Amino acid sequence: MLPKTENFKRGAAETLADPIIQESMEAVYNGFHTNRQSAGAATEGWDDQRDRGRAIKEHTIANLDYYLNMLADNVDANGGNVFFAPDSAAASEYILNLARDRDVKTVIKSKSMVSEEMSLAHEMEAVGIEAVETDLGEYIIQLAGEAPYHIIAPAIHKSQDQVAEMFKETTGVDPGDTPEELTITARGMLRETFQRADMSVTGVNFAVAESGSIVLVTNEGNGRMCTSIPRVHVAVMGMEKIVPSIQDLSMMLRILIRSATGQRISSYVTMVNGPRRDEEEDGPEEFHLVIVDNGRMRLLEDPKLREALYCLRCGACLNACPVYRKVGGHSYGWVYPGPIGAVVSPVLSGLKQGKDLPFASSLCGACKEVCPVRIDIPNMLLHLRNEVAEGPSESRGSGRMERLGWKAWRFGNMKSGRFRRGGKMANFLGRPFARDGMFRRLPPPLSGWTRSRDLPLTTSTPFRDRFKKRRQRGEG
Amino acid sequence: MTDQLAQKQRPQRVQLFVTCLVDQFKPEVGESVVNVLERLGIRVDFPEGQTCCGQPAFNSGFRNDAAQVARHFLDVFDATEGPIVVPSGSCGAMVRNYYGDMFEDDPAEMERAKRVGERIYEFTEFLVDVLGEDISALGLELDDTATYHQCCHLERELGVDHQPRELLEQVKGLEMLPMYRSEVCCGFGGTFSVKFSDVSTAMLDEKLDNAAATRASTIVAGDTGCIMHMAGGLHRRGSEQQVRHIAEVLDDAATGSTD
Repeated sequence: MLPKTENFKRGAAETLADPIIQESMEAVYNGFHTNRQSAGAATEGWDDQRDRGRAIKEHTIANLDYYLNMLADNVDANGGNVFFAPDSAAASEYILNLARDRDVKTVIKSKSMVSEEMSLAHEMEAVGIEAVETDLGEYIIQLAGEAPYHIIAPAIHKSQDQVAEMFKETTGVDPGDTPEELTITARGMLRETFQRADMSVTGVNFAVAESGSIVLVTNEGNGRMCTSIPRVHVAVMGMEKIVPSIQDLSMMLRILIRSATGQRISSYVTMVNGPRRDEEEDGPEEFHLVIVDNGRMRLLEDPKLREALYCLRCGACLNACPVYRKVGGHSYGWVYPGPIGAVVSPVLSGLKQGKDLPFASSLCGACKEVCPVRIDIPNMLLHLRNEVAEGPSESRGSGRMERLGWKAWRFGNMKSGRFRRGGKMANFLGRPFARDGMFRRLPPPLSGWTRSRDLPLTTSTPFRDRFKKRRQRGEG
Repeated sequence: MTDQLAQKQRPQRVQLFVTCLVDQFKPEVGESVVNVLERLGIRVDFPEGQTCCGQPAFNSGFRNDAAQVARHFLDVFDATEGPIVVPSGSCGAMVRNYYGDMFEDDPAEMERAKRVGERIYEFTEFLVDVLGEDISALGLELDDTATYHQCCHLERELGVDHQPRELLEQVKGLEMLPMYRSEVCCGFGGTFSVKFSDVSTAMLDEKLDNAAATRASTIVAGDTGCIMHMAGGLHRRGSEQQVRHIAEVLDDAATGSTD
């Protein structure tokens, strides 16, 4: 999927006008966020665990090449194959070639954000390979032909009625409309596909360098079906999804799962150590691990943005974000929505195209507060804003008028006399247009404010004048 | 050193950084801050050269412009001594948390920023953490119903979470009503409110609906930006509810008890 980060404002406006989505997004805060808060509060040493999680990520990312080599060696020793893909096209090509070469007809997929970066299911369908998403949410958006709306709940924006309608169109039978009935319907449709699939593509929540294991965290059991039934298993991972050891893994699982859903542990945690061995009865004949860069080196090389690679893709920052809950997932224009998407997507799409995203935040800090590894998202947004405003011409997206506006603001603030006179002048000039000291309608850029809010006139007697008078009167 | 002194000895004198918004839009908030501090026997100085901390330009990405205004701020306040009290979490956080980022390539300025940053106290933080139990001397009393909105930067940037509520709880007769999602942003966000007007408005609507549901007559908050935002929305709605800075409420409560 190619980033389309330039349409943020239009997408936001459309989402704000959609009552079904606005209603669905309430569940994100009332469900996921509330559960995450309770889980944190109920976990002894929760904040220490987050610190340790962050320390593990800091260490791993600082030594990424070392751990990637270790991982590759151990996957190899386990009988698997490793492919490093510089971008999503190279990753797709490797997997498509593999599928063709192994005469694959049907591919089942479990949830993988990296495969969304690659639009892998589309690419496969385009060359005549059936590719079926098996995570319920992913399955729903695949039927709808949409991108995920949320990192862990891709179809969160769909109502039960909409899902029932789609299932009916696909199967021709009325699936009922309770969540249970819909799940049973999907399960029936998917079960048959599981049995005939000859290849699976899964994501990777963590890869353990010391053992060459990949780890999947799921609640539906589809991940485990994917890793055990088809004869070929391909796991795709962003190159940052690595932990040094099994002990580190246990710490990361604790904070990931609590942050994502509020569960202490997910229904399934699947560890894969390569293909089936001689003495084993189940499992794939072949195991491939595709490690994808796709712009991540750009984050790694920028010390101001590096910590974006600490992200565990838990979605907690989305759930906490009041902007995400209003504008929804698709407005961000790429695979990763919400606060972390506002950092990552413009960097990968090019800042000029995605220049709205770093500004689409009130900088309230709720994302940083809930992040399991304390990623300082507001600070990274500020850094990107600075790149847009004052950066080199290839990333600069600020207008001339805005630049002049800030120069004028600076001039007005460099001397207190000037500042005071500026306020008085604004009061004098504005007074004829204000009613009860309030403006109801102002020209751009302030029209953005007065669209829905009144704006007070500056005072005729600023605090500094009042304070002076007070001291002259000898008070205090 | 100055900071440690402030912790050990009760300061007699503070510098007021009133903020550009209070100076120009809400001067009565500044007057209330002075009233409350003076009632506690503290001498308030107002360094006249002050303007803005630089945050509007900094948050908009214009760091070069912001840095010049920040240097002016440091010129003004580094020439003074003792705690600097500011009735805003956002401006306090700018100086304490972000000046360092802005001057990372300028060690001398960084040093100055650190020195001044250590002296900065948000108003309620100063009352509770520095003055401590002395506040009971005010004998606060006010017959009103209120609900508290947690301003984001005060809460998350400065970590001033319990202090405002503790102060409000000390006001006799003031009934504090809990607000659903009081921790969620009101949608102000500086230029965000203008650049992303419709998103900001949707956030404000949620906030004002939740505030209205409390049936409190007053929304209390600690940052003038957020206050202007909510007040602007309430005024447009024609609502009876008012939004006030915590300094104004405390000032009223102190007056109420002595009259």
